[in-house]
Amino acid sequence: MSSSMEQLYQQVILDHAKFPHGRGLGEAVVGVHSAQSHQVNPTCGDEVTLQVDVDDAGVVRGVRWDGQGCSISQASVSVLHDLVVDQPLSTVDRLAGSFRELMQSKGQGLDDEDAEEALGDAAAFTGVGKFSARVKCALLGWVALDDALIKTGAPRTEREDA
Amino acid sequence: MGEGPALAHAQPSRTIEGNAVSTTLEAAELAAVRADFPLLERTLRGGKRLVYLDSGATSQKPDVVLDAEQDFYLQRNAAVHRGAHQLAEEATEAFEDARARVASFVGASPGEIVWTSNATAGINLVAYAMSNASVGRGGAAAERFALGPGDEIVVTEVEHHANLVPWQELAARTGATLRWIGVADDGRLRTEELATVVTDRTRVLAFTHASNVTGAITDVAAFVARAREVGALTVLDACQSVPHLPVDLHALGVDFAAFSGHKMLAPTGVGALYGRRELLEAMPPVTTGGSMVEVVTMAQTTYAPPPQRFEAGTQMVSQAVAMGAAATYLSDLGMDAVAAHEAHLAGLLLDAVASVPGVRVIGPTDTRDRLATVSFVVDGVHAHDVGQVLDDAGVAVRVGHHCAQPLHRRFGVAATARASAAVYTTDEEIEVFREALAGVRAFFGVTDEREGVA
Repeated sequence: MSSSMEQLYQQVILDHAKFPHGRGLGEAVVGVHSAQSHQVNPTCGDEVTLQVDVDDAGVVRGVRWDGQGCSISQASVSVLHDLVVDQPLSTVDRLAGSFRELMQSKGQGLDDEDAEEALGDAAAFTGVGKFSARVKCALLGWVALDDALIKTGAPRTEREDA
Repeated sequence: MGEGPALAHAQPSRTIEGNAVSTTLEAAELAAVRADFPLLERTLRGGKRLVYLDSGATSQKPDVVLDAEQDFYLQRNAAVHRGAHQLAEEATEAFEDARARVASFVGASPGEIVWTSNATAGINLVAYAMSNASVGRGGAAAERFALGPGDEIVVTEVEHHANLVPWQELAARTGATLRWIGVADDGRLRTEELATVVTDRTRVLAFTHASNVTGAITDVAAFVARAREVGALTVLDACQSVPHLPVDLHALGVDFAAFSGHKMLAPTGVGALYGRRELLEAMPPVTTGGSMVEVVTMAQTTYAPPPQRFEAGTQMVSQAVAMGAAATYLSDLGMDAVAAHEAHLAGLLLDAVASVPGVRVIGPTDTRDRLATVSFVVDGVHAHDVGQVLDDAGVAVRVGHHCAQPLHRRFGVAATARASAAVYTTDEEIEVFREALAGVRAFFGVTDEREGVA
């Protein structure tokens, strides 16, 4: 395999794809604002349904999801789950912005080392940016999260659309 | 095109011994064919040789086609069917000569070929003409195209969305009902359902000549015979057949057929709709405006005879000229030889897929009545990931639902990978594909416990 393939399919991505976190839809805990979003990538048929719970303090209390698709799309939702649960919306929005920027970096990574550090396992997706056809796969869960958060009606920080 | 571009290409002699196997392309001839396609020589990331197995999506283009398009612009570009100057005459001649070449290639008359922007546009043209007839346009002659509540449109479960969605929409506009012929587990159409699904209420029977997913070739004769019994119009999606098989539309007896240029070695932006002359003459126009009229007053308009009636506005002249060149190129190779070569490749592709544990074909696993188009799923690995590993070896395949979601749903899969060959595909390329495919499950750490699924 070529090095770009090894960069694309980092072990952490393969692990998340095989043993995804947060998978399985269900009921929200009482006392939170919950919403759900279903997103489809029409070019390949990848799907994700994501539920998010936000409490009155603007903290994400739960993410549940289900979906089917390639290892990149499914691993990305799993990593998203780990990153955003128990984080305030301001942090979630910052992470989402960093991840979008990472996907557009054509495999170069972020200039802002702190931002890249904050992405944790999601930084493993850097290599995806080299394959323009796969960027949508990695973003599918993040699009669902954004849509679901809007539906909760929770106040959001201004997001820069990268 | 007496003074047209040099369309002749090197044609090595071929030994024809009177049977299908011996009329396939010989090694020297295949090498000559490949030399006609400059793109096939390029390399990819890491210096890998390109192995192009995505011709079902779009074909590569030979020099003669690219030259024909360029020659049109360099030597005879002018507006066609208007103007009396020499350039306009030459442009019109090139345009109409291309129509004749394409018509001859598919066993039709030039007056039965309408240029369209692609095959999708051709099918929509028929559907919208019927829609217009349904509200009374085209007068008494067009009544045969009118649909209403109680009428039925029959399609099949293998259709590309292009031969499904226009009929769903036509049904919604007219109140007609959409029904369909199912597909068997081996990927072939349940032709026996024609007897029950197609009835006296059926007004249109729209079906593909060959599936872009399963590669299965339809028993067109059975469909046409049943449609005639009940007086239904037949609409054939010939996108996957025309580039790969000898097609004689008059012999097939269909009423309409649509096919695209870009899948048959021609540029994008051009396709053709075939309609039996008598039907085109009775059919009301769809897109209206310049070039498709006879007499226009402020109050009303009379329309030109077909095919011009259906070619409003400036046409894709250079692409049409190039499609004519592509038809000639394929005719010169001989579609029997093309089909024999691809039948051989279909066998190799099926063998390649069968040789790898945990890979399952969606479609017929024998070579009878099928194209060299093989869709498959790799147990435990998503099609997109399969495609990525193959791409790393330089092998270009299509992944996804191939614009046939109902068919994928029928087989319980969201996506497949598809390897599709063309006249320029070699045995060696299929071996590169096989080797790359053999490495897919190992790369993703899929264990062999579930082997035998295939």
